Amino acid sequence: MNKDKKIISFPIKGFKEGLLITLSDEDWDQVQFQLLSQIEEKTKFFSGAKVAVEIGERVLHAAEMAGLRDELSDRGVKLFAVLSNSQVTDVNAESLGLKTRKSVLRENTSGFGPAVLDGKAAVLLQKTIRSGTSIKFAGNVIVDGDVNPGAEIFSTGSIFIWGKLRGSVHAGMEGSESETVCAMELDPINLRIANILLKDNKLIRKLKRKPVRITIDNGKLTINYWDNKK
Amino acid sequence: MAAKIITISSGKGGVGKTTATANISVALAQLGQRVVCIDSDIGLRNLDVVLGLENRIVYDLVDVIEGRCRIRQAMIKDKRFEGLFLIPAAQTRDKSAISPNDMIQLCNEIREETDWILIDSPAGIERGFKNAIAPAEEILVITNPDVSAVRDADRIIGIIESEEKGPARLIINRLNPEMIKRGEMLTAEDVLELLAVELIGIVPEDESVLISTNIGRPVVTHEKSIAGQAFRNIAGRLMGNDIPLIDLEYKDGIFHRISRVFNFGGE
Repeated sequence: MNKDKKIISFPIKGFKEGLLITLSDEDWDQVQFQLLSQIEEKTKFFSGAKVAVEIGERVLHAAEMAGLRDELSDRGVKLFAVLSNSQVTDVNAESLGLKTRKSVLRENTSGFGPAVLDGKAAVLLQKTIRSGTSIKFAGNVIVDGDVNPGAEIFSTGSIFIWGKLRGSVHAGMEGSESETVCAMELDPINLRIANILLKDNKLIRKLKRKPVRITIDNGKLTINYWDNKK
Repeated sequence: MAAKIITISSGKGGVGKTTATANISVALAQLGQRVVCIDSDIGLRNLDVVLGLENRIVYDLVDVIEGRCRIRQAMIKDKRFEGLFLIPAAQTRDKSAISPNDMIQLCNEIREETDWILIDSPAGIERGFKNAIAPAEEILVITNPDVSAVRDADRIIGIIESEEKGPARLIINRLNPEMIKRGEMLTAEDVLELLAVELIGIVPEDESVLISTNIGRPVVTHEKSIAGQAFRNIAGRLMGNDIPLIDLEYKDGIFHRISRVFNFGGE
């Protein structure tokens, strides 16, 4: 990977949430290598830092982003945002639970400030979640689209699907039993809240494609139609 | 004008990638287009057999990439169809013999001399698939109306989206109206509802496909074959012609329309 011994430093700026590093648009492997070398040179400075990377027009795939995140975390640096001008990169970043330019800007510029209400963070995915996709998020997940068979969503919070749930979901994966799963139509391969698995396939068949809300009641998964508030 | 590069892929094996590539290529050639089809299924080549060009292979794709011959030498001219060429896969190597970049370069080299480049992708989502989609501008995903083929198509469409090669268009192959009538097969509607992509054609199940594959004469050359007609329609749609699809709006309509196809031999 490293043929070039010269180490170029990427410019670093401090801002409210942490450090902003502006990366160049060379070959991604090279950029990642340079960034990691830069961090290794100043381990103390970077230790425990929260970092956002600015990547401009570059399109970064989820796997590359996750790779960078893991490499950084091995060095005690937390990657929390990827700022790009590409919508695809934004969507990929969101699927990994990373912030994007939009969400960072929104927090910085809107007068509301972050989380003045006691709500929880959520990620919004506006697409069909297809087979082979795995989404893990610490917080709530909202999907505007279907979750297809072979796709899986794990969250520490609740999962709301404005579409058909036909794949696998696990809400409250750290054990929180107060989480819910909602879907416009329920036909999951696997549905879990906290450590309780939905088993009643007969019941699911009876639901007749109506929107449902699933919660834990007295240690049991309970399905209600999603038409009135609890 | 530079050629349009299209890859035909499915994820699952045996759903009809090679048959579709051969037939769409021939149909485009019959419409007066210059077509180069490339078999990227290195080690398991088939496209040459389906096109009936097996015994004319001298050089193959890997020979070109490894510099043993010029591209022109590996392009087999199909004497039956003016303008149709095949670049066959190597049979004695495997997918690691070429890289996505090799495919991009190869396509760029022949792009100016042809109207279409159709790439037949191998099954799977590994190296061979990545090679096949690397140069593509558009990907046609082919599936059968069965649960496992649809699941794999969904996965492929997801990868295509994340590689920004999308949006893919869908071919539903081997639809059997009799089985649908008996409720034993997914309908085209079921498939589309799950995959949520644009449909470019429905190919009904047709015995003549198998027969024509065995004799190396693509079914599209049979005027009366309904599958052949469906492939001709797909080629027409690729050309940008407005050829109406089977109406999927009406739930009952689909059987009706397809049975009409059977009766009149045309969509």
